[in-house]
Amino acid sequence: MQAILKGLVGAAVGLVVSSASAATIENVRKNGVLTCGTNSATAGFSLPDNEGKWTGFVVDYCRAVAAAVLGDAQKVRFIPLTPKDRFTALQSGEIDILAHNATWTSSRDTSLGILFAGTYFYDGQGFMVRKAENIGSAKDLDGASICVTQGTTTELNLADYFRSHSMTYSTVGFADEEAVVKAYDEGRCDVLSADTSTLNASRQRMAKADDSVVLPELISKEPLGPAVRQGDDHWLNVAKWTLLVMVAAEELGVTSQNVDEMKSSENPNIRRLLGAEGSLGKDLGLGDTWSVDVIKQVGNYGEVFDRNIGKASPLKMERGLNALWSEGGLQYAPPIR
Amino acid sequence: MSDVLLAAPSRRSLSLHDAKVRGIIYQVLLAVSLLALAVGIAVQTASNMRARGIPLSFGFWNEAAGFDINQTLIPYDTLSTYGQAFWVGVVNTLYVSLLGIVLATVLGFVVGIARLSPNWIVSKVAASYVEIIRNIPLLLQLLFWYNAVLKTLPAPRASIELPGGIYLNNRGLIIPEIQLYAGAGTVGLAFLAATIFCVAFWSYARRAQNRTGKQLPVLWVGLAALIGLPLIVFLLVGSPVSFVTPDLKGFNYRGGHQLYPEFAALLIGLSVYTASFIAEIVRSGIQAVPKGQTEAAHALGLAPGKTLRLVIVPQALRIIIPPLTSQYLNLTKNSSLAVFIGYPDLVQIFAGTVLNQTGAAVQVMAITLSVYLAISLVTSMAMNAFNQRFAIVER
Repeated sequence: MQAILKGLVGAAVGLVVSSASAATIENVRKNGVLTCGTNSATAGFSLPDNEGKWTGFVVDYCRAVAAAVLGDAQKVRFIPLTPKDRFTALQSGEIDILAHNATWTSSRDTSLGILFAGTYFYDGQGFMVRKAENIGSAKDLDGASICVTQGTTTELNLADYFRSHSMTYSTVGFADEEAVVKAYDEGRCDVLSADTSTLNASRQRMAKADDSVVLPELISKEPLGPAVRQGDDHWLNVAKWTLLVMVAAEELGVTSQNVDEMKSSENPNIRRLLGAEGSLGKDLGLGDTWSVDVIKQVGNYGEVFDRNIGKASPLKMERGLNALWSEGGLQYAPPIR
Repeated sequence: MSDVLLAAPSRRSLSLHDAKVRGIIYQVLLAVSLLALAVGIAVQTASNMRARGIPLSFGFWNEAAGFDINQTLIPYDTLSTYGQAFWVGVVNTLYVSLLGIVLATVLGFVVGIARLSPNWIVSKVAASYVEIIRNIPLLLQLLFWYNAVLKTLPAPRASIELPGGIYLNNRGLIIPEIQLYAGAGTVGLAFLAATIFCVAFWSYARRAQNRTGKQLPVLWVGLAALIGLPLIVFLLVGSPVSFVTPDLKGFNYRGGHQLYPEFAALLIGLSVYTASFIAEIVRSGIQAVPKGQTEAAHALGLAPGKTLRLVIVPQALRIIIPPLTSQYLNLTKNSSLAVFIGYPDLVQIFAGTVLNQTGAAVQVMAITLSVYLAISLVTSMAMNAFNQRFAIVER
């Protein structure tokens, strides 16, 4: 709500807008800090820890962009946003980049004045039910009441799914993910529906997490990615290639631990990735060491995944679709040359 | 000679030294600059929006919405348009506001009068109600009713069973659905006829009392007509009504009407909160009527109840109605807090989901603001008209 109002005031007065619309990267450099819009509280993706430091998968993406542009992964200001407010905050210039669990869709790319810069997490919408209901399939959900987050693709997929299967349901919607999880946990709904990553993450916040199970069906494709404003191609490239460099680093076996040794590697692909050869950094308007900064301070794609949501985290998610293409997944970086 | 003298001031009145002329110039300048500011903001907004590729049109209005709403009073499904979703939101807001206004008024009058009661306990209970409720933020009260009271009800399979096929659980209150058959319309007509008869009889009784001083039993005749006539017709056409009792099937009860906890929490919260303010307005209104009026009424032999109804309240209403209007407006506007407890009102549906799905933030917010403004202005106008009936007529 606040973001909407700020956005409106911004759009109306035109001051915020004119200064932000020019070149985002200049603004970031001038301010010395990257302003990044993230989820307000989704375990594993974006959550402040005990000391108030933001951690998580999408948070690390923001840190990588900050490392690329400013050379320091800590120079990020995080703005927690609800799904309802996130695009308005980006449109109005309140944030430089949106790193949210936001699904890349055609209409969002074309009609909101924003562009998605890639996919950092391939997800799909699923259902969580209580084990006591003895439900094995989403096709048995006729008549259920379902908790969802407002203003998401979840709401739309749900309507499509139940309509195409001629089943009835009733939604209970809240703007805030936390309120949605709480309502399900307290028994207001039979079903919690969200992207499976969010479903798994929300277990962390439930009092009776072990009583629930995620149904096998995925009813949609949910490629989650970062988004930037339209009309700033330079910034779009920075956002896009920061992600791709992290994927490429994993492909080439470059990690935060060995990145310094790898600089002297004989492999031309690694040399181009780390700026020892070629001109990727210069062409992107970034420093020569930008990719080294990203990998050294944040890590490659696999490291970020494992640390926040994968096997080294409490969420223990499988790589699945998010494995490298060479290992049966979809993560693939175009050649760097 | 005198003509010249008389004409002189009017010529001078066109000069800048005339306060009246200056006044007009200032007014015009102010109006023009306000207008320029408004136009400037509109143009700037439009050009900024265009520059960042944000849709500026209202074309989304007729597109399919594609999401569901759980409580609708008018037809709506996923294939309906965003425009229809807007109307669902408006109707839901009006519905909860109107019911809230009625409940808050009744509760507020009862508590306000109770606070003046000579009975110590009654007046202290009313005073505590007012002091506790009006000093706690409304949002907290709504969250209390929703999370602490209604959500703690049992799950559907352990529903509390009330007599008459009514079930209460954490999905809401499920009551039997009333199905009407042919002939039900006749019963409705009978009720309408009885209502018209009542009004006519009441007006006749008043005239009769003014003429002869005798009182006719308006209440009893009215009740007999209102209940008796429809009942006789109902039995004559053969009870054209049946109740479909809800059955537990799958996740919840099927069949029957459902009253959702989100709606109930909002309605209770708004009514209870606003009633505490209305109670104070009523109390101050009654206390503002001079004590001599009560004494005079007693001296004329009016019973305490009649004194209140015929002497005190009509005079108190003059003082009560204007601030009461503000409370009605507040209640309507406060209903937008629905967004925190998941009741699909205008803000939740339109300024929430529709805004997000279409990205048309400026248009959606502009429409939403206009709707609240329109509702408030209409409420004000209605209350002002009502107030004029009670205002002191100066002769």
